[in-house]
Amino acid sequence: MQSFTYERAASAEQAAAAVAARPDAKFISGGTNLLDLMKLEIERPAHLVDISRLPLDRIEETAAGGLRVGAQVRNSDLAADPRVRSRYPMLTQALLAGASGQIRNKASTSGNLLQRTRCPYFYDRNMPCNKREQGSGCAALQGFNRMHAVLGASQACIAVHPSDMAVAMAGLDARIETISPGGETRTIPIGDLHRLPEATPHVETVLSHGEMIVAVTLPPPPPGRQVYRKVRDRASYAFALVSVAAIVEKSGDRIRSARIAMGGVAAKPWRATEAERMLAGAAASDGAFTDAAEAALAGAVGHGDNDFKIPLAKRTMRHTLAAAAESA
Amino acid sequence: MTETKTSNRSRETRSGVIGRPFDRIDGPLKVRGDATYAYENTLEGTAFGYILGAAVAKGRIAEIDTAEAERAPAVLLVMTHRNAPAQPDFGPAVMPTVPEVFTRARPALNSERVRYYDEPVALVVAETFEAARAAAGLIKVRYDEEPGLYDLPGHVADAYAPKRTNAGFETDSVIGDFESAFAAAPVKVDATYRTPFEHHNPMEPHATLAAWLGNELTIHTSAQTLANFRAAVASTLRIPLERVRIISPFIGGGFGSKLIAHADTILAALAAQVLQRPVKIALTRQQMFANAGHRAEMIQQVRLSTDTDGRLTGIAHDVWSATSSFEEYCEQTAVFARSLYAAPNRLTRHRLVPLDINRGEWMRSPGEAPGMLAFECAMDELAERLGLDPIELRIRNEPAQDPERGVPFSTRNLVACMEEGARRFGWQRRNPTPGSAREGRNLIGYGMAAAIRPNYIGAATARVAIDRDGRVTARLDMTDIGTGSYTILTQIAADSLGVPISSIKVELGDSRFPRTAGSGGSWGAASAGSALHNACTALKQRILDAAQSSEASPLRGANTTEASFADGEVRLGQRSASLADLVRRIAPDGFEAEGSVAAGAATQSYKAFSQHSYGAHFAEIAVDCDTGEIRMRRMLAVMGAGRILNPKTARSQIIGGMTWGIGAALMEQTVLDPRYGHFVNHDLAEYHVPVNGDVPQMEVVFLEEHDDKANPFGAKGIGELGVCGAGAAVANAIYNATGVRVREFPITLDKLLPDLPVIAI
Repeated sequence: MQSFTYERAASAEQAAAAVAARPDAKFISGGTNLLDLMKLEIERPAHLVDISRLPLDRIEETAAGGLRVGAQVRNSDLAADPRVRSRYPMLTQALLAGASGQIRNKASTSGNLLQRTRCPYFYDRNMPCNKREQGSGCAALQGFNRMHAVLGASQACIAVHPSDMAVAMAGLDARIETISPGGETRTIPIGDLHRLPEATPHVETVLSHGEMIVAVTLPPPPPGRQVYRKVRDRASYAFALVSVAAIVEKSGDRIRSARIAMGGVAAKPWRATEAERMLAGAAASDGAFTDAAEAALAGAVGHGDNDFKIPLAKRTMRHTLAAAAESA
Repeated sequence: MTETKTSNRSRETRSGVIGRPFDRIDGPLKVRGDATYAYENTLEGTAFGYILGAAVAKGRIAEIDTAEAERAPAVLLVMTHRNAPAQPDFGPAVMPTVPEVFTRARPALNSERVRYYDEPVALVVAETFEAARAAAGLIKVRYDEEPGLYDLPGHVADAYAPKRTNAGFETDSVIGDFESAFAAAPVKVDATYRTPFEHHNPMEPHATLAAWLGNELTIHTSAQTLANFRAAVASTLRIPLERVRIISPFIGGGFGSKLIAHADTILAALAAQVLQRPVKIALTRQQMFANAGHRAEMIQQVRLSTDTDGRLTGIAHDVWSATSSFEEYCEQTAVFARSLYAAPNRLTRHRLVPLDINRGEWMRSPGEAPGMLAFECAMDELAERLGLDPIELRIRNEPAQDPERGVPFSTRNLVACMEEGARRFGWQRRNPTPGSAREGRNLIGYGMAAAIRPNYIGAATARVAIDRDGRVTARLDMTDIGTGSYTILTQIAADSLGVPISSIKVELGDSRFPRTAGSGGSWGAASAGSALHNACTALKQRILDAAQSSEASPLRGANTTEASFADGEVRLGQRSASLADLVRRIAPDGFEAEGSVAAGAATQSYKAFSQHSYGAHFAEIAVDCDTGEIRMRRMLAVMGAGRILNPKTARSQIIGGMTWGIGAALMEQTVLDPRYGHFVNHDLAEYHVPVNGDVPQMEVVFLEEHDDKANPFGAKGIGELGVCGAGAAVANAIYNATGVRVREFPITLDKLLPDLPVIAI
């Protein structure tokens, strides 16, 4: 770990300006990911701006009937909030399926969204990695890639985004509010926050340097039953092999609408829009769920060790849709 | 929740101290944080070291630029092969004999050669840990990289036969004519299994604080066997053994990875010598994967043949294992198969493929852990082929004596373990047709496997003293690696001397105390315990001699043939006296005595009897029919392991072992990248060990047993017995649940999925 200077931000505007002022500065909140990366010198910020104490730790009702979640709300608090539990149960399920109790107590909402990939080649400075060192190559492509992406990957990078929370938020059409160094604010649909790797895997989001997330707004809960299903190698404290967030709204035996997001399959939470379109108006049947799952993975490409993710994602989606439809 | 049932009542001694479930004596210290572990020790002026590891797996250091690191703030020393103190060469690649493997020099930073990925290439010592770590990042190394060999399956044809296996067993065993028997048999199984690289991952990393006072070196470290560390340090630094003191009173787990000294110990000792101040070094979690041993990857072929009644006519167990190109290690993977089941024709063989990796080391239940994982699955496959219950198959092949050594068993309660286990577990509810039991979307399966583990005894000496107030102090260089050594040794001394456990103080983990074999191979309790027992016997004799002869003795002249020590009193015939009072009167300075036990292999009892612990494991698992996720539902182990000294610490040992079985069956695997020669998933996020959510309800039952051939207590090793066969019980349960036999461990869901039927919703 390289030495760094540290300051505690007094306000969101000041925090954004402080990071923007130095190309080698970074925000730090819970530090559950950044500190690990700094110890391994994968991240080497020379200056840290601590935003964990900013008054961005409230969950408020919106006029539209949704919730506005401050960027500094801890994962544990967000999962436990009665309004989240009753109106966005999928989000609570996803949060509690992630990490460990200790980590959830430290991790912030915005930090969870911006956590970096767990690709073991990214985590080892001796290995080629285009995300860590542009142009050095991707060791995972021909290497041990059991945990890696089957959708939206490129020859430059096949890493996945590890968050569970973000997958549920993607299914809920969350919107990300940011503040820029100049004080301007903007709102980004969660689906547009993360970028696919293409030729520039080191650029992971659309945020500019110094632009800081201040809140995540959840629209009013969509009609239908919400289910988050995470598939993993052990019962706790493991990253998703695949996960599915599904909301199915029914009318009699037919599906009125469905929202589906997948985790563990891409560099961002993956919204299965084609599957959603197919399900709208379809009979709630095994066949429809199976067809939707096929459509959701239609473009999927395995890289060897992770080939199984394609059938696994299909099977998981089929069953998760069925579970969401059961009492919807 | 867990539950333990023990039945071990009838053999309690008069004082009832042995066999009782005492809480661990060191428990309160650990809960309060008052047990000081190696890296927590602090000495005035301590400096902090940080190791930089090689970025390539094979080659040589062409250039190493340490200038920037040397200029970095608070840096005291940057040590590389160019300036490290001279050390002996490492020595030849062949497997060193015992004790050479424990005593040989283990030089670090003594060569430009890189033998494995992440081998130390530099050590930075600074005023703080942070300064040392930051400076290590400033060192620039250029390597001349050479192609290496990192692929076991691709080089099985190049395998060679080592001279012996670990623990000194014969490499091969041949009895009868297996090939002919196998060819002629009406029923057979020929199955090849793969087990992966695994890593010990004790909670406490390998860590050392080394300090010199004059020419005396004191090392606070985390060691299972102090004598090995002492010998390796003395050999490497070329100083007399007597000038090295090893201190290791508390150890946060070792699992075999702390039997020998590693780079943290050697480099701390060297740096402390150079700087003339104490130096502290810990391996990072990532560094532990390359620098602190592993279990090697293996390919195992198991061939079994029977007559139509399920009586084995042939057993063959062939093992191909990865080893290191510079120091051989051959896990005794097929050795247990020489003693487990009867068969007239038998064949076991061990072969090695050298790779450019660090040496494998002893890892919890070496031999049985991977070997039984394969073999006991093959037995399950055979039972199905025969249409026999797996327990019945094993009963039909129960040997009357050790099938290869031809000597009687000291005790063997394998059949009783299986039958008692079947009754308690509800084994009759198992549906023998795989894939036929469902609860909701879960497929349910039952599995079982046998357990066997040799009873080792290592040479050990203990010293015990009693003072004028009746306080007893036992000292030996034994260690407590979380197993309960402090507690059972206290019980043994209290039992022998007939005093309450509160009168006993057991001091361990200091090489100034008499030498033992330390903790390893499940020999700790029997070895150190026997030595302490003998020391107490000698102490009692001293007291009795003095009690008879001393003029101050109230027991002077009493009949000594009927002597007893109980309830704090010494009884001689009809006369008795308080032990403390007696000592105060006849020996104001107290008494002291030593006792020893010889290594088991050298004893007549060991030669005349086949000595093992046995058990039966049962597992119930659920497999999600949609995702293939495997989750444990419950486990049961019934053990016949001699007399149980403390059912509470013994149970903890067994459930720990069963948890290792879950890990081996379901998740533990280190992936060696064949392109770079590094362990890819070298942290605890990517290398999965079972967490609480993975460990189900576990029940442990000890059958009443007393092995009078083993040692004075009739106890046998239990530490590793819990691992043996546990993973196979899990694997067999998965087969029973799904009908899918996965022969490549760990059984992760991706291996089940292709054959897992899609079940209608």
